[in-house]
Amino acid sequence: MVDKKQALLLEDFDIEIVSRDLNFYYGDNQALFGISVGMPAKQVTALIGPSGCGKSTFLRTLNRMNDIIPGARVEGQVLISGKDIYQHGTDVVKLRRKVGMVFQKSNPFPKSIFENVAYGPRIHGTRDRQQLAAIVEKSLVRAGLWEEVKDRLNDNALGLSGGQQQRLCIARALAVDPQILLMDEPASALDPKSTARVEDLIGELRELYTIVIVTHNMQQAARVSDFTAFFYEGALVEFNATKLIFTNPKEKQTEDYITGRFG
Amino acid sequence: MWKNRAVQTLLIGAASTSVLIVVLIFLFLGKEAAPFALTPGLSALFDSKWIPVSFQRERFGILPLLSGSALVTLLAMLITIPFSVLGAIYIAELAKPLEREILKPFIEILASIPSVVLGFFGLVVLAPLVKSFFGLNTGLNALTGAILLSIMAIPTVISISEDALNSVPHVYKRASLALGASQLQTIFRVTVPAALPGIIAAVMLGVGRVIGETMAVMMVTGNAAIITANPLDPVRTMTATIAAEMGEVPFGSVHYQALFCIGVVLLLVTFGLNVIGQQVLRRYGMRQ
Repeated sequence: MVDKKQALLLEDFDIEIVSRDLNFYYGDNQALFGISVGMPAKQVTALIGPSGCGKSTFLRTLNRMNDIIPGARVEGQVLISGKDIYQHGTDVVKLRRKVGMVFQKSNPFPKSIFENVAYGPRIHGTRDRQQLAAIVEKSLVRAGLWEEVKDRLNDNALGLSGGQQQRLCIARALAVDPQILLMDEPASALDPKSTARVEDLIGELRELYTIVIVTHNMQQAARVSDFTAFFYEGALVEFNATKLIFTNPKEKQTEDYITGRFG
Repeated sequence: MWKNRAVQTLLIGAASTSVLIVVLIFLFLGKEAAPFALTPGLSALFDSKWIPVSFQRERFGILPLLSGSALVTLLAMLITIPFSVLGAIYIAELAKPLEREILKPFIEILASIPSVVLGFFGLVVLAPLVKSFFGLNTGLNALTGAILLSIMAIPTVISISEDALNSVPHVYKRASLALGASQLQTIFRVTVPAALPGIIAAVMLGVGRVIGETMAVMMVTGNAAIITANPLDPVRTMTATIAAEMGEVPFGSVHYQALFCIGVVLLLVTFGLNVIGQQVLRRYGMRQ
């Protein structure tokens, strides 16, 4: 992990994900209000806030997973590597390949471990068995699961433990070689030991990927993230280096939340 | 306490009725069919001709009837499976809510049309069409029967396949979409494989319906007891034979017993299909 004695300065980083005046509606209900934020490349950004504050909704706007919700509507811009992903004619398939996602509840396919990881590369056109095997191994190694499953790649993935399934889902997301990894409360359904493993994993992956993680667990945000965005009632209240948010928040609401006065 | 016991006995009684009925059907069919095994002997069933009434020699070969049933069923499934599975995929995965609300009631109506009515439709509409399309002497043949049977089976198979597709957890679809899969890739690589046990069960039920169907096939298949693999030949199915001849057969005669033998065979076939269907569900159903 980075040394956080010195608070990080946003100006020192390339900004990879930018949202500008982003409004989001579920039918008539507005869920996000004018979110403007820039998230740095190859860093871990945590989205925190009480339930229903819009942090998960915001996360899903970054790979357009909200598109599949009937009645969902977006206003404003999200720029990834400088390109507006809501621009007319954006290839959602390409976008989601670049912006991978790990869900709250681990959701491996009812297929073998190998087929789970190979799924992404396969649908993107990799046919060669050896090439697939290499991708599967690399992804499982990165997700810290290789040693545990290398002898039973053909077993059904649903036979793995909860923590292993979640790391398998991370491996599956890594297999399509994304730049950005979105994680929606990836450890909230896991036991403490598995949670620690996933958190360690995030620490290792931050070298290679820009990570945005939603968490309701403030200790987790403090442990794994470099930057933190605090959401409240659909608005972004404060965004800063994690160290500053947790030691010296500028906004009263942020302070109240992180000191546990509400949540 | 006696109340408890009385209710329990009632419930056990109700639950075991179906078992009792199945056992009784087997026993009754067996009892009526059994004398056939003594004279003329079961080997007579493997004759290649079904001529139950004759001045020379009566022949009770059920092979033409078996082949007739098999041909009609096979053809019907060749039509039913692609139609229903693709239809179910469209309704479950692609249709807009409005389209779904129009399609589903029509499919249900189709399922509720009595088979005699469909048979009539087959006789006056479908058979002439088949006849003129293929330039045949008669439109009453295996193909006409199969088309009609698939019209009957399609609604059932669509409904159950659609249920199976709908019960695939959404998280699978989301995971697939999030990996950059298109909607069609998601449907054919994740949703359909996950729903496959249910789809297979639906097809098995369809096969059961098709094999057991009597009235409509009797009206449109031509009822010629010949062994053929040509879809454009008239055929006679096991069910149609029983239905057509049972009313006029002398009680207790060899012919009467032969008809019961057909009944036993039919029961064994459907029973076998059921067992296979259950096995498929048990083996692959757990993987969800």
